[in-house]
This record gives sequence, C-alpha cells and structure tokens, in this order.
Amino acid sequence: MSWFPRDQWYVAAYGSEITHDLFSRTVCGEPVLFWRTRDGVVTAMPDRCVHRRFPLSQPPSRLVDDQVVCGYHGFTYDAGGKCVAVPGQARVPRTARLLPYPVVEQDSFVWVFIGDPAKADAARIPRAPWLVDPGYTTVSGMEPLNARYGLLVDNLLDLSHETYLHGGYIGTPEVASTPITTEVDEDAGIVFVSRHMDDAECPPFYAKSTGLQGRIARWQDIEYTPPCLYKLHSRIAPVGSVPRADGTDPDAFHVEVVYAITPETETSTHDFWAVARDFALGDEEVSAFLADSNRTVVLQDVVALNVLEQVIANEPEGYQELSINIDTGGLAARRMLGRLCGRS
Amino acid sequence: MTAGNRVFRIHWVPGTDRLHAVCHCAAEREFEDPVELWEWLLGHPVGHTS
Ligand code: FES
Ligand SMILES: [Fe+2]
Ligand SMILES: [Zn+2]
Repeated sequence: MSWFPRDQWYVAAYGSEITHDLFSRTVCGEPVLFWRTRDGVVTAMPDRCVHRRFPLSQPPSRLVDDQVVCGYHGFTYDAGGKCVAVPGQARVPRTARLLPYPVVEQDSFVWVFIGDPAKADAARIPRAPWLVDPGYTTVSGMEPLNARYGLLVDNLLDLSHETYLHGGYIGTPEVASTPITTEVDEDAGIVFVSRHMDDAECPPFYAKSTGLQGRIARWQDIEYTPPCLYKLHSRIAPVGSVPRADGTDPDAFHVEVVYAITPETETSTHDFWAVARDFALGDEEVSAFLADSNRTVVLQDVVALNVLEQVIANEPEGYQELSINIDTGGLAARRMLGRLCGRS
Repeated sequence: MTAGNRVFRIHWVPGTDRLHAVCHCAAEREFEDPVELWEWLLGHPVGHTS
C-alpha cells in the first residue's frame, strides 16, 4: 500500500511554467526535472544526477542547447535522459541514464505519469477543454498547501463549507442548506456531486463578474476523477431559467472551476486552480477580479487545511470523525482513493 | 449525470434528513448515516434484494 495512487497521471505544472530553462517540481515524493526543448517539447526526468545525486535543477547545473550538464562533476544528459558525456574518460557507463517520465501537455497543464511507464496511457488523462477554448476566458494559479492531498479532496467534495469558510466571497446560506445528489460511476472512476440552488442569494464572486442583481439560480455540479482532476461546473442564471431542450443555455453564465490536486509529499500538496468563464470574454477587469477573488478563496482553504494537517499529524492513528449527509460524496472519493492506493 | 453500467446513486430525500441509496443492481434503501450507506452499497450483492 502506498500513501498516494501509483500508476496515475498528475498535473505537475502549467505549460506556461516550462520554458527553455531547468524547472524542478516534486510530484508524489519524486523530484522531477522539466525543460522545454528548442522544438517546444516538454521533457521530464528525475531531478537527480546518476553520479552522486546532485540535483540537475540546482546551479551551477545548466542547460546547454538540449542537454543538461550536472553542476557538480559535469555528467551531461540529452533530452531523453541518456548520459552522453562524463568527465575525464571516453566511455560512458551503459547504465548512466535517467529514466524519463511519460509526459503530456494538454488543456494548459503538463501531466506526468508517476509509476510504471509501461502502464501510461495518455487516453486516460481526464480533460478540461475550457482552459484552452477560445470561447472561454481563464484565470489560474497554484498555491502550495502544507497538508496531505486527502484534506483538499475532502474540502472540494463538500462545498457546504463555502457558507462558513468563504462567506462574503462565494458562500451564501443556501449552499450549506441545499441537499445534494451524489453519483459514483465505478467503471469510469468518477464521483459526481450536485447541488442545484434554484433561488439563492448571489455572492459577490458572481454578482460582480456577471452583473446579475438579486436572487439567482445557482447550480454546482462537481465531477471528480481521482486522483488529480476536479471540476466544478458552475451555472449562474436568473431565477426560473433552465437550459433549453436542445442543450443551449443562453440566459445562464457558466463558470468551469478546475482544480488539480497533486501530492508533493505525504503532507504537502500542489493546489492548482483555474476559473474559466463563457462571459465577459477578454474583459481584463473581470479577469483581475475573478483571479483575485478565487485566489483569496483558495488561500482561505489553504490556511484552514494547514491548521487541520497539524491537528491530524499530532493525533493518534484512528482518530474519530463523524460524517453526516453532506459528506456522502467525500466518503465516496476517499474510498476510491483508498482503492487506488492499494487498500482493498 | 452519468450512464455507466455500475453507478451508485444517492439522493437526499427532499424535506427530510434521510439519504436514499440506489445500487446498480436496482436495490434501494434509506439511511440516516452516509457511512452505513456506503457499507451497504459497497457490500453489493449482500442484502441487495430489489
Ligand atoms: S553528481 Fe552529477 S556529475 Fe557528479
Ligand atoms: Fe473552499
Ligand atoms: Zn446491489
């Protein structure tokens, strides 16, 4: 049993973070070195020299064309991780090679496969097409979280906490008081939680961005694909408006809130967030407002979960919790994660 | 929301504190505790006579 699901795809970075420069990020306890070759392709390999394990992202390690030169004794690797030169001798040991990680750049993210590379199937990477769709405008960020990833999964699967932790931003009384529907698709490996508030207060996050005044219909449809990708399909509309039979929904504002939950270590997490909207396209003021508000909300969660991590870390194994109706989806997600970690 | 072959569905019974669970085998039952609910659903087919 592992503390995280192995043989899975994880978001390691935004594509925009990886340039023709050395970049390191720890994913599931593994330090990974990234750079973009001159052809624009993202490479991923262990951020440890095979010689004495000096980090290849650490100066004076450097990138020379499409080769990385270790800053300690000069072992030189190509973009595929093969060692092509060592100091003082002509023969490069056959085993001098960094095993590259399968890597896919998709939907603005850089995904890496942590586990047995033979099992990496890029078709299994869940999609978030809005993040690169010209019909949407997206703001995004990433916050470091000093808490185990499971706490962020719990947090995102139960949005009733918006009412308490995010009051004045995205929380209103109706979020906590509206019943949820939960569905678990065992074959697809997806947890759905939906909360349709048909007559709700409009929180500032949506009032200021959409311009809607007064009460609204606010639908939250969560789609979580363990372990990494979480999507909240948020629909904001005048009270009484519903999507049309043909599937169009012209009176509503749609916001796709996407999180990538990537374990860094056993007790820390990369909290990637993105907010894509199908209105006020390209409007810089709305973008700045949504980016600022969402980051504030994410940081409210980060502060709370950092505290919770300390509490849990200092409690004996098997501490008691109490679950109620709002936890139905979170319990389903935990169970799926447990199974992916190799628990029965 | 989804149309897979093995889907569990849980509805919060309107106006109550109860959860209505439906297994992919069509067995259904009401619960007041989501932990017990998942034990029953995941115990399929034990006690799932519909
Ligand atoms: S540690 Fe990299 S060359 Fe020695
Ligand atoms: Fe939150
Ligand atoms: Zn059953």
